[in-house]
Amino acid sequence: MSILTFVSNVLSIGIPFSVALLLAALGEMFNQRAGIFNLGCEGIMAMGAFLGFIPAYFLQNSPLAGYANLLGVLAAGGAGILLGLLFALATVTFKAPQGIAGIGLQMLGWGTAGTLFRHFVGGVTGIPGLPSLPIPGLSKIPVLGPMLFSMNAMAYLAFLFVPVSYYLLFKTPWGLKIRAVGTYPRAADTMGINVTKTRYQALAMGGLLAGLAGAYLSLGQAKMFADDIVAGRGFIAVALVYFGRWHPAWILGGSLLFSIAQSFQLAIQVMGIKFPYEFAVMLPYVLVIVVLALTRSSAVRGPAELGKAYDREKRI
Amino acid sequence: MKPSPRILYIALVSLAAAVAAIGIAAIVLAILGANVFDTFKVILTEPLKDIFGITEILVRAIPLILVGLGIAISFRSGILNIGAEGQILMGIIAAAATAIALPGLPKIVLLPIVFLAGALGGAVWGAIAGYLRAVLGVNEILSTVMLNYIAAQLYGFLLRGPMIDPAELQTGSGTPQSVRLPRSAWIDRIIPGTRLHWGIAVALVLAVLVYILLWRTTWGFKMRAAGAGAKAARYGGIKVEQCLLMAMVLAGAFAGLAGAVEVTGVHRRAIEGISSGYGFSGIVVALFGGLHPAGIVPSAFFFGLLLIGADMTQRMMSIPANMVLVLQGAVILSIISAKMVINDPYAFDKFSRALSRRRKKDESGKTTGETA
Amino acid sequence: MAGKLQKIRSLEVDGITKRFPGVLACDSISLKVGENEVLALVGENGAGKTTLMNILMGLYQPDEGSIRINGQEVRFKTPNDAYAAGIGMVHQHFMLVPNMTVAENVALGAPDFHRFMRLDLAGARKRIQEISEKFSLPVQPDAYIWQLSVGEQQRVELVKTLCFGARFLILDEPTSALTPQETDELIVLLKRMSAEMSIVFISHKLAEVTAVSNKVAILRHGRVVFSGSTSEQTPASLAALMTGHEVNLPVNNCCEECGEEFFSVRNVRAKSDRGFYALDGIDFSIHKGEILGLAGVSGNGQRELAEVIAGLRSVESGSIGMPGFELTNKSPREIINSGLGYIPEDRNTEGIVPSFSIKENLVLKDFASDEFSAGPFLNLKKQEANAEKLKESFDIRCPSVATAAGSLSGGNIQKVILARELARNPKVLVAVYPTRGLDMGAEEFIHKSLLEMRARGTAILLISEELDEIMNLADRVAVIYKGKILKILPSHQATRRSLGLLMAGITENAPGAER
Repeated sequence: MSILTFVSNVLSIGIPFSVALLLAALGEMFNQRAGIFNLGCEGIMAMGAFLGFIPAYFLQNSPLAGYANLLGVLAAGGAGILLGLLFALATVTFKAPQGIAGIGLQMLGWGTAGTLFRHFVGGVTGIPGLPSLPIPGLSKIPVLGPMLFSMNAMAYLAFLFVPVSYYLLFKTPWGLKIRAVGTYPRAADTMGINVTKTRYQALAMGGLLAGLAGAYLSLGQAKMFADDIVAGRGFIAVALVYFGRWHPAWILGGSLLFSIAQSFQLAIQVMGIKFPYEFAVMLPYVLVIVVLALTRSSAVRGPAELGKAYDREKRI
Repeated sequence: MKPSPRILYIALVSLAAAVAAIGIAAIVLAILGANVFDTFKVILTEPLKDIFGITEILVRAIPLILVGLGIAISFRSGILNIGAEGQILMGIIAAAATAIALPGLPKIVLLPIVFLAGALGGAVWGAIAGYLRAVLGVNEILSTVMLNYIAAQLYGFLLRGPMIDPAELQTGSGTPQSVRLPRSAWIDRIIPGTRLHWGIAVALVLAVLVYILLWRTTWGFKMRAAGAGAKAARYGGIKVEQCLLMAMVLAGAFAGLAGAVEVTGVHRRAIEGISSGYGFSGIVVALFGGLHPAGIVPSAFFFGLLLIGADMTQRMMSIPANMVLVLQGAVILSIISAKMVINDPYAFDKFSRALSRRRKKDESGKTTGETA
Repeated sequence: MAGKLQKIRSLEVDGITKRFPGVLACDSISLKVGENEVLALVGENGAGKTTLMNILMGLYQPDEGSIRINGQEVRFKTPNDAYAAGIGMVHQHFMLVPNMTVAENVALGAPDFHRFMRLDLAGARKRIQEISEKFSLPVQPDAYIWQLSVGEQQRVELVKTLCFGARFLILDEPTSALTPQETDELIVLLKRMSAEMSIVFISHKLAEVTAVSNKVAILRHGRVVFSGSTSEQTPASLAALMTGHEVNLPVNNCCEECGEEFFSVRNVRAKSDRGFYALDGIDFSIHKGEILGLAGVSGNGQRELAEVIAGLRSVESGSIGMPGFELTNKSPREIINSGLGYIPEDRNTEGIVPSFSIKENLVLKDFASDEFSAGPFLNLKKQEANAEKLKESFDIRCPSVATAAGSLSGGNIQKVILARELARNPKVLVAVYPTRGLDMGAEEFIHKSLLEMRARGTAILLISEELDEIMNLADRVAVIYKGKILKILPSHQATRRSLGLLMAGITENAPGAER
């Protein structure tokens, strides 16, 4: 196998791998820019993955099968928004500590998805999933074509969302408000910005994206659902936001780096270089810890009020 | 006599939290098409109907108490240990390996060594996250979650590879499990025919010791100060980083010990799925118990009941036992929310003013009613 | 756009009452501000000034009472309502988002720059230019807030408020972070602006009040105790009205000689959190029984200096020491044991552990000493006895010593800290802004305690931004500017003017070196 085909193999697996991480991390970026640290991302993704899967599973042989994927994506996004708002209720309105609340949401989402799955489905079943959508012309480019232009619709949209989220965050009034309530909520409050509402909106946005990320896992990537399908990707996404310094471009870079490292490891195994399978699975988690340890200095530049509830009546 | 506004307020907020948690679970149950009332009835009463159910509750409560105590130490010290699940696994590995390696020792010597080994295994795993936080400032929630995944893989690798029971290889069934531990490493059962073992005594004694540690010793003072006000503790000459590390080591040790007790008291060999979520349930137990040993013990019994009850609903009503995870998540969210609302002086102030207005109105209503 | 709207000829508040848990912040306050008036609102900390203004801005809702503009009743549910009515406020702590530009800060609060999915920054820039020309307040729209000096930020705050269409200005302690010279400039500016609009000026610096206002209202414990024309008042008469009695803050009659040199800081350099040198060769010493006052605009290295001395920040070069003990880069524990007492800047988070009881906070530094412990065990009885004793002698007002310290008032929290530190008989005491935010009664108590410590031979470093405090208490005054001590002079030679110039970085040798 030539180096070129090896690299192209690694990339054409690795790039689509990054979509779920990317979506979830962009969602978490909106949360954290608004000052909320949402570890429940993992749980929202689990619900998203389940709801993305379920219409495709039930409608497989019905005349509505053509709409199943769309329905799944919508359900996943909607559930994501609801869970994001539930998290907002606990952490913004009731000012519950965000770290523990995140673990609570994770258990809730994960538990609900698992319970419903066991009750309505039972065992692992495949679904057709999202079809790949080669872009006419571009997908015929040698090497690059299969790598970049033969993904499914969700993946294209996810990558498109990187510049969109940049624009949202830095060029719109909404983004300005999000950044202000994460950095200096009291100042935003005195300028007539509703801190609570803005944080709710950010968490709804984060929930939506995490839900979609989950749907991508079941519909676009695995084409099935299993209890542990998310496998910590929600937590990895949170770590990627630190790594990506709260900026969409860096987060894209981080997601790609991460998933390409994973596909590289897969490719090596395929090549017959043997090491225990468990260590390969372990790798991304070890990588997260290493990344966190190396990027700690960037914490200084994060949103100043990250993790803190805002209390208007508390006097300074 | 009317209750004081404070007591009424706490009672109402707690009630609202309980309703919210049960409500969330009820929604999921309704989606399953189950009768919500019947389900809760089965969960809460069925396990208490016979000696088997009651002893099984206690069997579950043992690791829950131990993990919960460790979680309480870490949360009180300002470091959120979510890694008990991984620490339990490391405790099981260390305990099982030690017991298998030293089969000749008498029980009185071997068991303490095995416990110590388990605690050490968990402590090392906890120390990694503690060190990363104290020295490199790595968020401990993320690192402990990652360490859980790593531990699960390591555990699987050891049980499928180096630690696998040679008999499994011979028969070719390949079930990932270790050999049976030597009998001298078994904790005795209290009631023959049930699985209830003397580990319960270990857990209860440790609950008392943790209380003494946290509230009666200088180390406990330091750790609580570091958790409640890190800056002030630093100005007071307390080495906060040392406290964080110490808390993680202790929390890990308790989780590791829970693993050791579980493997020597119940399963007697390292198998897959021993922990079955005790690491996460322990967080709920500790929070529900107010991060205090006197609360953690009853709280562990209660969640032991829920775990057994959920198993029973699965058997009797075919409602997946995962349901208990939904309930636990909902309980965490509502407890910590309720705690903040109870401690919010502004919310309480509004409440007590509304209450006094209302009482006044009632009284004036009564008097006008009487005169009329 | 401001021209189209009606001018605010009068603003009245009538019977405003606001309760906080355990505090009646405003107790049926009635006030009136007429056309082109400058009303000074004076009162001690906690008198209710800021709460009243936050009600005017729609940040808090009053429990009772009403607000009228030009005779018409208005209700402000959010700050937007107040802006729409033409009221603008410059807060004591600047309400500017540091990692955004001036234009972004203006656009943030002005909904007319919020287009669908687009932010009209060009419009914001244009508005800023107009306002800054009209009022001669030069600002750069594209500068980031964190790049600006405190004086510049103050200007941005004013411009921002005017950009929101303010035709009635409230300034909450606008001079608290300014040098005396910057304060003078601001007063001139406000007088000029009063030709166009009415202004409420909140302060407790009485000299400024008499200089800038034509009417004055005095608040005490949430009530208006005086309101009238400023011209009939002097700073001394205002002070008497403010506190309810003639104030006689204790003064250091520094005639007797101080002891030998005891505590020295030699050429210390240390980095700030952001990585630049916040201390750039600090050099001074304190004698036994001497108070050295450290004056300076906050943010010039005071915090870092205090942390370096307490062992919480590492020294890059230079040395700190007292006879027989080198403190440089020792651990906080070793420094505490060497006899250093410390009253930190932020009493709520650095001075006490809020959820700990008073008795626990009182032994925060000594819980493991032989006195309060036996081996690894705490001696709870001794803890309790110690707390009862200190509660008596420092007059700590609390329900019981088992009460959480965080639930006490600011003055009582400071007494807990003072009790803990003074009970340890420190040889050196560092007091950082010890009276910030306290009422005059507590201030008096703390000043007395500091002078007592001085009489007992303690070497005291008093870091403060209140020139009066420093000039009253200190034997010598050092001025810190950009991490250097510009000058140390005996306090009888120090004047407000000379200290003010030094605080702005101007030394006599190089006049006009800055600006």
